[in-house]
This record gives sequence, structure tokens and C-alpha cells, in this order.
Amino acid sequence: MPNLKDLKNRIASVKSTRKITKAMQMVAAAKLRRAQEAAEESRPYAERFNAVMAGLAASVGGSDTAPKLLTGTGSDQVHLLVVMTAERGLCGGFNANIAKLARQHADKLVADGKTVKILTVGKKGRDALKREWKDSFVGHVDLSEVKRLSYADAQGIAKEILDRFDAGEFDVATIFFSEFQNVVTQIPTAQQIIPAKFDKAEGEAEGTAAIYDYEPSEEAILAELLPRGVATAIFSGLLENGASEQGARMSAMDNATRNAGEMIDKLTIEYNRSRQAVITNELIEIISGAEAL
Amino acid sequence: MADTMQFDLVSPERRLASLQASAVQIPGADGDMTAMPDHAPTITTLRPGILRVESAEGTSEYLVTGGFAEIGAGSLSVLAERALPVTEVNREHIDEMIEEARTAHAETKESGDHTIVDDAAKLLADMEALGTHMGLATESRAAAP
Repeated sequence: MPNLKDLKNRIASVKSTRKITKAMQMVAAAKLRRAQEAAEESRPYAERFNAVMAGLAASVGGSDTAPKLLTGTGSDQVHLLVVMTAERGLCGGFNANIAKLARQHADKLVADGKTVKILTVGKKGRDALKREWKDSFVGHVDLSEVKRLSYADAQGIAKEILDRFDAGEFDVATIFFSEFQNVVTQIPTAQQIIPAKFDKAEGEAEGTAAIYDYEPSEEAILAELLPRGVATAIFSGLLENGASEQGARMSAMDNATRNAGEMIDKLTIEYNRSRQAVITNELIEIISGAEAL
Repeated sequence: MADTMQFDLVSPERRLASLQASAVQIPGADGDMTAMPDHAPTITTLRPGILRVESAEGTSEYLVTGGFAEIGAGSLSVLAERALPVTEVNREHIDEMIEEARTAHAETKESGDHTIVDDAAKLLADMEALGTHMGLATESRAAAP
């Protein structure tokens, strides 16, 4: 049986761990609210954007002059996987789930004889994929200095991807992020951004409602907007990720706090039992000492 | 004919305005246009400039750069890459934007592609005109190419 001093130390240590996880949970809750607001604020833009793009893509998509970003390069040999994860850990399975999805995707592509290139956004995804896919890494975007995610950050990532696309480094680009459902559910998602795919159902409803005049021309507008579509997709992915990360951390820390509480209860019972045993022992010693006289 | 239309101004980061407007002046890529209710459905890209919204509450102005406007029969949505109410714009914003445009101009000059250089030059000119328009012109303007 461990002695009293050790037990006391262990209880104190678990107690301070609980304080830390509790604090982290509350910080995550506050950040989650902000991240969720940011995600919601960006939604009207993304929705309108996709609706307009779907209409445009449907009318221009068939022609031979359609931009490569929409129709693709005509091959799908080289795939770029953009894996977007958090910069920090201690958020449950959040980073691991995204990395797992990306890994499955990459395995499948390689099995099909394709070439895989990986661009990581966020340190944790890079760490998770480093062992198996180190040779496929083509770049890394560090967001650890970014306090509040802005559209300019997404534009930066989009520019890097588009530059590579223009240089003919890949044919198909897919982004990996976690879609925020609620605090306990985050769904790792893969979304193809190049060649661009737009929500058709929404687009058709929009397209039949009105026939638009285009200024300058349909092709010119499409050519200008497609690169922005990449940035928009990345931006909403990053925002979803931000909310998911905080949600995942909040529930992970909630669990940790609860586990610490249980552990403290168990240790306290053990502590009290051994204290009682010591007292009983001492009493026996005293009584038998008195009888011996 | 309706007197007003639903006007929405959204940037990727937030929704700036959602109100009933009677007329909206849009800085289109091919020239300014004013959209009023029952305008023919049009989609136009934007150049950097001032978006002027007239509504029952008065006129409000927004500085917008890049993006596009979607004009429908009873509604108008402006999706701007960057948008700010004019009242919030200060000299630093303009300086920053001019600086960005200038860097882009300088970068494209080296690439030697004329259409891109022209585009960047136009962007730079637009930015500077904007600064002048708002009375925020900087002394560095004199040094502009």
C-alpha cells in the first residue's frame, strides 16, 4: 500500500491537472463561440458565390474555351492534397481524423497508380503525415502566427496552389478539413477545388430563375472569379476547421476534467482508508503496550 | 414598379449591409452603373471604387475592391473581396492598398506580359484615384509612375 505522503502528492497533482483542463475547456468554449460566428458570417458570401458560379459554369462549361480551372487539364495523373489541420494538439481526435482521411485518400490514389503531392496547412497535420509521406511533401503553410483568421490568409494559400497549378505541377487539387456539425461531432471532409465543382442542385434553381447579362463577358467573369473560388473554398474550409478544432478541444477537455474528478475521488477514498488503517494500527500498539505493563 | 429592392453587401469575412435600397451606384469593371429596382438581371465584376447606396434612411458609401455584383429583378447582391464603410476608411487603408497595387505592378512588370502589366497599372491608378477622391491622397502619389 502506498504511504500517505505519496497519496497526498498524487491527489494534489491530479487536482492541478484538473484545473488546467478546466481552464482549457473554458478558453476553448469562448474561442468556439467566436469561431462559430466567423464561420456563420462567411456563409452568405460562399453561398451566393457558389450559386453564381454554378450558373456560370453550367453555361460556359461545355465550350472549348472554358478555363482550365473549371475543366481540368484533361488528365488526373498528379493529385495535390491540401491537408488543413490545427497548429496545436490537445483537441481529441481532430487532427488525427483529418490526417487519417488524407492518408486513406493518398493510399487509394497511389494504389491506382497516381502521383500524390501533399501541401500541409497547420503543424499537426504535417507531423502526423511526416513518417509515411515525407517524400510527397511539396510545401507547408504555417498559420501559428495568425491570431484571427482573415481572408488574406486564405488568399495566400490559394495563390500558392494556383501558382503550382499554372506551373503544371498537378492536375487535381483536393482540400481536407473538418466540417463543424456541433461540439461533439466534426466530420473530416475532402473537397475537390481544382477542377472546380459547384453545387449543381442549387445552381439549377438559380439559373432558371433569371437569364443574366454579363459584363464584361461570361468567359471573362468566369476567368476572374475561378481563382477567387479557390480562395473562398479554402477560407470556408479554414473557418470550419477553426470551429471544429475548438469544439473538439472543448469536448476533449470536458472529458479530461471529468476523468480527473473521478480519479481524485478514487485516490481520496484510498487515502482515507490508509489513514484509518494507520490510526487503527497505532491504537492497537498503544493498547497492547498498556496491557503489557 | 417597386420603389426599393433588397440590397446585400457581403465580404468573405462579414455581412456589411442588408437593407432596402432605392438605387445603388456600382463601380463596374467596364464603367460605373446605377442599379435601380427592376433592372435587367446582370452580373458584373467590380473595380476598386466607391459603392453608393441610396435608401430611405439616407445615402451610405462603401469602399470595395474586387469581386462582383449580381443584379436581379428585386434584389442586388454585391460580393466584394474587401469592403469597408467609407466612414471607417482612413489614410492607412488607402496607403496600404496603394502599396499592394504598386508591388503587384512592379512584380508584373518583370514578367513582361503586357496585359497583366496593364491590368496592374490600371489597378494602381484606380487605387490612387480613390485616394484622391476621398481627400486622402498621399504625398507619395507624386512619385507614382
